[in-house]
Amino acid sequence: MIAETLRRFVADELPIDARNKAAYGERGHDPAAWARLAELGIAGALFPEDAGGFGGHGFDIAVLFEELGRGLVVEPFLGSLMAGRALAVTGDHDRLAAIVAGETIVAFAHDEAGADEVADIAVRADRAGDGWRIEGTKIVVPHGEAAGLLLVTARTAGEAGERDGVSLFLVDPSDPGVTRRGYTNIDGGRSADIGFDAAPATLVGGEGAGAAAIEAATDAGLLALSAEALGAMEVVRDLTLDYLRTRQQFGVAIGKFQALQHRMADLLLEIEQARSAVINAAAAFDEPTSSARSRALAAAKYTAGRIGRMVAEEAVQLHGGIGMTWELPLSHYAKRLVMIDHQLGDEDHHLARYIALGRDAQGS
Amino acid sequence: MNLNDTAEQAAFRLEVQQFLRDKLPRRLADKVRTGRRLGKADMEEWHAILNERGWLATHWPREWGGTGWDVVERHIFEEEAALAYAPRILPFGINMLGPVLLKFGTDAQKRHWLPRILDGTDWWCQGYSEPGAGSDLAGLKTSAVRDGDHYVVNGQKTWTTLAQYADMIFCLVRTDNSGKKQDGISFLLIDMRSPGIEVRPIRLLDGEAEVNEVFFTDVRVPVENLVGEENQGWTIAKYLLTYERTNIAGVGASQAALEQLKAVARTQRRGGRALIDDPLFAARLARVEIDLANMATTNLRVIAAAAGGGAPGAESSMLKIKGTIIRQEITDLYRRAFGAHARPFVEEALEDGWNEEPIGPDEAAPAAAGYFNNRKLSIFGGSNEIQKGIITKAILGL
Repeated sequence: MIAETLRRFVADELPIDARNKAAYGERGHDPAAWARLAELGIAGALFPEDAGGFGGHGFDIAVLFEELGRGLVVEPFLGSLMAGRALAVTGDHDRLAAIVAGETIVAFAHDEAGADEVADIAVRADRAGDGWRIEGTKIVVPHGEAAGLLLVTARTAGEAGERDGVSLFLVDPSDPGVTRRGYTNIDGGRSADIGFDAAPATLVGGEGAGAAAIEAATDAGLLALSAEALGAMEVVRDLTLDYLRTRQQFGVAIGKFQALQHRMADLLLEIEQARSAVINAAAAFDEPTSSARSRALAAAKYTAGRIGRMVAEEAVQLHGGIGMTWELPLSHYAKRLVMIDHQLGDEDHHLARYIALGRDAQGS
Repeated sequence: MNLNDTAEQAAFRLEVQQFLRDKLPRRLADKVRTGRRLGKADMEEWHAILNERGWLATHWPREWGGTGWDVVERHIFEEEAALAYAPRILPFGINMLGPVLLKFGTDAQKRHWLPRILDGTDWWCQGYSEPGAGSDLAGLKTSAVRDGDHYVVNGQKTWTTLAQYADMIFCLVRTDNSGKKQDGISFLLIDMRSPGIEVRPIRLLDGEAEVNEVFFTDVRVPVENLVGEENQGWTIAKYLLTYERTNIAGVGASQAALEQLKAVARTQRRGGRALIDDPLFAARLARVEIDLANMATTNLRVIAAAAGGGAPGAESSMLKIKGTIIRQEITDLYRRAFGAHARPFVEEALEDGWNEEPIGPDEAAPAAAGYFNNRKLSIFGGSNEIQKGIITKAILGL
């Protein structure tokens, strides 16, 4: 039902022109739309009742993000989801309530240059008096500029790659120790590289015990991005099918050419495979942590990357030159589909992870 | 077959390499290597350098200011220039219109237009595609109606590359509607400053405006700007296509792009090691490298056949398909190589005069845009689907 509400809202308030204006504009999203989405309580679907929401199951997340993908929505839901899931693990319910209510835009600042595993954290936090100070750089943080609050992963002990010694911190981005370099993403929305120079920080959760919370955030993010990709693929499929039916060349609709028909058929069946991958991941998401659960999430993100690229490239090719134009919604969907593979690890990363997790399961 | 240069060819290759070392401006090569945007002045600068050496018109005979090179020498030059990251020669005047005028033009037309192509007086663009005539090019509707010693042109062209810089456009126009659609087409040279012409940029998905729509409203064109006979345009267009498709494999350019990709893969990191040592990425890289090595030899086989007197026909369709797929795969790996930092898009960073700190690795800025922009390779110049149709008919006889 919440998905239906969201779909109507997107159709009415965030059609592609409005989306593009916001997505490629100065703020990288539409604050008025975000406020309205908060009023509608959309983010509540991403969290269980004990975290102040009314959903939070794998399928709740998948259905919502599929809708966001269909609408190519650039509002900061991913940050809410990931930071919120992490805070739910650490038990910071006051902050969480503000996120669930959509009152705070929060960015989950985790990724670092050259890092790909959850524990690949080189940014450091050190005690200073009765608080903490953070030093280092996080990269391509979605809505890092717009965020009123940063949830930052940092190392309080050990070396990059070690699971122990990782902690979570809340940082006020307006502190002079925080430098945000914002930019537009090629697929819309804005991100930021964020530098911390002895920035004051508040520890959340146990010192050195943040890995589980980071994994909770990342797992939810993988499911969300896979579902978002699925939503975008479905729109691309419909747009391309419509084009094949209406574009005339050689006196007939180009959809009459068998070579193109078969390629469209391939798209259809691959997108169904992507849907099944999301279903597998959503079902596994609610299970206790296990390598089978992690494999399902890796499989979904791998599938979203592989099929997302194929759908984007084939749809542009089947459209011909017009498919490359800014004017057509298709080109923006194609960009988003390809760029999802540049968030939270690409298809190769998740394929390797899938293999490694399988090896672990066999070895145990 | 012999894949090695003869002694003369080897000497020629050294001469080309020496020229590129001496004359190719570092600034231009860096732009090409890293995928930053070339401006009009950049392209004109490189044309002027080549023209000064007499190496601009590689398809033209010496008497008209060309190099008179044979197909192997042309290949060596194109390969070496690409490997040195030289800007590509703009094809519209040099490689498309030039050969057409040499074959179909009157003496007066050759004497007037050819020198102006060489010295850059006229920047040419190509008026072929229309909104309703893309793959079905012969379905074009832009009309030219004779009125005394002028044609009056009405209609619209689209996907016109760099029309915003052009002084002149060569166009396929409809001069007869009575018979087969291929039989009523003529080849016309039109001054872009004529009253009634309007150029509107088309913004592409990466923000770039390199293609345009060109509108013609009662544009008057002197009849002496007709090339060949009236209604002979389709024959001319087909002849031009054989030139449009020379060097279509782009072997040198892909080899150069692959070297750049490897350089980046050696510095980027994944899983605690250099990206180039990541097994999955290494496999992707190896596949495309093997594909490219194979195609380089396919290309040489086609060249050898042409040098032996055969004309490359449907073989160029094979090269176009394979060449574009390989190039696109390289651009795909290039964007992958930058991971999260492929996503930031600061358009100014692709242009001259941007002096800010890069976001992430220096080379990351154009990677994603280059990948998206190069989707065009399999669409323009006869889409890969059209090329497969040609292979189906001309080689397979189906």
